[in-house]
Amino acid sequence: MPVTLTQAAANHIEKYIAKRGKGIGIRLGVKTTGCSGLAYKLEYADDSLPEDMVFESFGTKVLIDPKSFAVLDGTELDFQKEGLNEGFKFNNPREKARCGCGESFTV
Amino acid sequence: MAFLQISEPGESPEPHTRRLAVGIDLGTTNSLVATIRNAVAECLPDGDGRAMLPSAVQYAEGGSIVVGHAAMSHRGDDALNTITSVKRFMARAVSDLRDESARYNFTTPSGDGKGALKIVTRHGAVSPIEVSAEILRSLKERAEQSLGGPLYGVVITVPAYFDDAQRQATKDAAKLAELNVLRLLNEPTAAAVAYGLDQHAEGTFLIYDLGGGTFDVSILRLSRGVFEVLATAGDTHLGGDDFDAALAKHAFDTWALTRALSPAGQANLQAAARSAKEALTAAETASIKVNWGCGFDSTLDVSRETFVELTQPLVDRTLSAVKRTLRDAKLKASDIDGVVLVGGATRMPHVRAALESHFGKPPLATMNPDEVVALGAAIQADQLAGNKSGDGESHLLLDVIPLSLGLETMGGLVEKIIPRNSTIPIAKAQEFTTFKDGQTAMSLHVVQGERELVSDCRSLARFELRGIPPMVAGAARIRVTFQVDADGLLSVSAEETTSKTRAEITVKPSYGLADGEIATMLQSAFTNANADMQGRALAEARVDALALVQSLGKALTDDRILLSDTEHAALSSQIAHLKQLSEANDHRAIVRATEALNLASTEFAGRRMDRAVSAALTGKSLEQLL
Repeated sequence: MPVTLTQAAANHIEKYIAKRGKGIGIRLGVKTTGCSGLAYKLEYADDSLPEDMVFESFGTKVLIDPKSFAVLDGTELDFQKEGLNEGFKFNNPREKARCGCGESFTV
Repeated sequence: MAFLQISEPGESPEPHTRRLAVGIDLGTTNSLVATIRNAVAECLPDGDGRAMLPSAVQYAEGGSIVVGHAAMSHRGDDALNTITSVKRFMARAVSDLRDESARYNFTTPSGDGKGALKIVTRHGAVSPIEVSAEILRSLKERAEQSLGGPLYGVVITVPAYFDDAQRQATKDAAKLAELNVLRLLNEPTAAAVAYGLDQHAEGTFLIYDLGGGTFDVSILRLSRGVFEVLATAGDTHLGGDDFDAALAKHAFDTWALTRALSPAGQANLQAAARSAKEALTAAETASIKVNWGCGFDSTLDVSRETFVELTQPLVDRTLSAVKRTLRDAKLKASDIDGVVLVGGATRMPHVRAALESHFGKPPLATMNPDEVVALGAAIQADQLAGNKSGDGESHLLLDVIPLSLGLETMGGLVEKIIPRNSTIPIAKAQEFTTFKDGQTAMSLHVVQGERELVSDCRSLARFELRGIPPMVAGAARIRVTFQVDADGLLSVSAEETTSKTRAEITVKPSYGLADGEIATMLQSAFTNANADMQGRALAEARVDALALVQSLGKALTDDRILLSDTEHAALSSQIAHLKQLSEANDHRAIVRATEALNLASTEFAGRRMDRAVSAALTGKSLEQLL
């Protein structure tokens, strides 16, 4: 299963890369930490590594290291707005539970 | 639930560690709030997508308080209860105000026009601090809704020329709005940070800030991570609104309107002129269209050329302030490494052209000039909140105090304790002593400014140190410590070192300087350097003379027996003569008379010494003395 972006997520990533002034795309990842064991990583990508898995959604590149892909397989990254608040959200089919604030999760 | 943000590579925060921090540009006309989102500084818009919040507060009927655009719309019909430009009133007395004084009903606690003013509204008298707190509260709400949680802290910007009283008032307003102030930051410094100029090793930058109603120009020097304010100047009553007014007057004259306009008509015309001005930034021609109501309207096409012609005098006024600032800083236009544009009015092409021709290079204009100060404050807030990992700590920005801080000493002189451009936070101590025998209290007068005489500086605070053990003049040792925190706020303590008697004060400023006076204080220190030194010499001569008159007068009474009548009469008349001279202004005459009296009393002093020695020796054996 590929990892994908929604149209809104892709648009906002492109907007922010333009504001930041550099970047070839976005890097998704997972690190072991937090109250529920795992946490998502969402970073600008300035270069790709040989082992990276590369996907493309709406013209935006998504880079993932193979270890993280095991957890992120099939994930969709969305951009949402709730009132004035806005930001990115991981829709991960493998996610079983997440802590109340949504910053960490378990599979 | 919280949304995620994009981080810089390798800087993803641990979950639950990110602290929400924002920068606030609390402006005279408009205010903004900004933060770092997705590793980029951006202003937070309101529900309608507008980043700027007009700095207007209406104390409405029914007890509600309205802030921003909604308050602005009542400026015409509820003028006395709708407060704008409150920043001009911060830490000001009624007597400081110029043309604004007629706009509101002011009151002061003491009723004599001195002391911090308040504005009478239908909700009662409100202080400028309370009004500012409403603006801050509105921005805080917006930020907390946008970021989805409570704020950890804020950085608020203030003009570089704001004195201690105005900075304290700004901090008090933040406290009222329940904001944790991480730091107050000078506006020009914030603009420089937004452009990343603090990442340079060093450089000299000129910040040209033409806002809606105020104009400020500052020269900053960056060296080793410290921004020094070398000079500031400006005009507190010159801004984009004056360009609108010039255009409006042109239309009024061209249409040959015979009647004076109603306030509503005036507002219509001003608004139409404003849109035409904004259109002329991109277009070569624009039209001023006013609908007067009742099916009557007027239209006038204006070319950019005409607009430039009408408003060039205003641009020239800003340029002469720029030149004055360069002169103050003893720099040439070619010494400036970059010119930063701040304020919406700097979008006008002829403003940019004037700066480009003066400095020989185009000004930095890639960022939105309305937002640049707030963005810089946001960057600083993010660093102070500890969100920036890696080398974040290393480029933590330092600021300097703009005016020297000191104490009044005998004769109305200023002893500078912390010189201007010292980096803050800073603490410095100096020892003082008593002037009279048996003096048990000391009055400390804290002042701010570059001049030599207290009367030319700004009085910040007075306090007393009591309970000094009685000693002869000059024996007591009083250690006075000045401490300035990272926001430029001052606390002063005094301690008599033998008895450990202590007194301290956190500056509770007294208000008294006229509008714009702070900005010219540095300038006047330079131009009056000569007169100041003479004033200082005179005051010093007087202090010396007075000390001699006092001690000799006391000795004459105590040891009258040592002098013949003639000798006593001669010394007394010389003392009277010196007293008289010290009331006049010739410091050389005072010095000469003091020396003469010193010489004339040498013999008397010798006799007193002999007598004291023999009194000490009388009745004592040699063993006791050895």
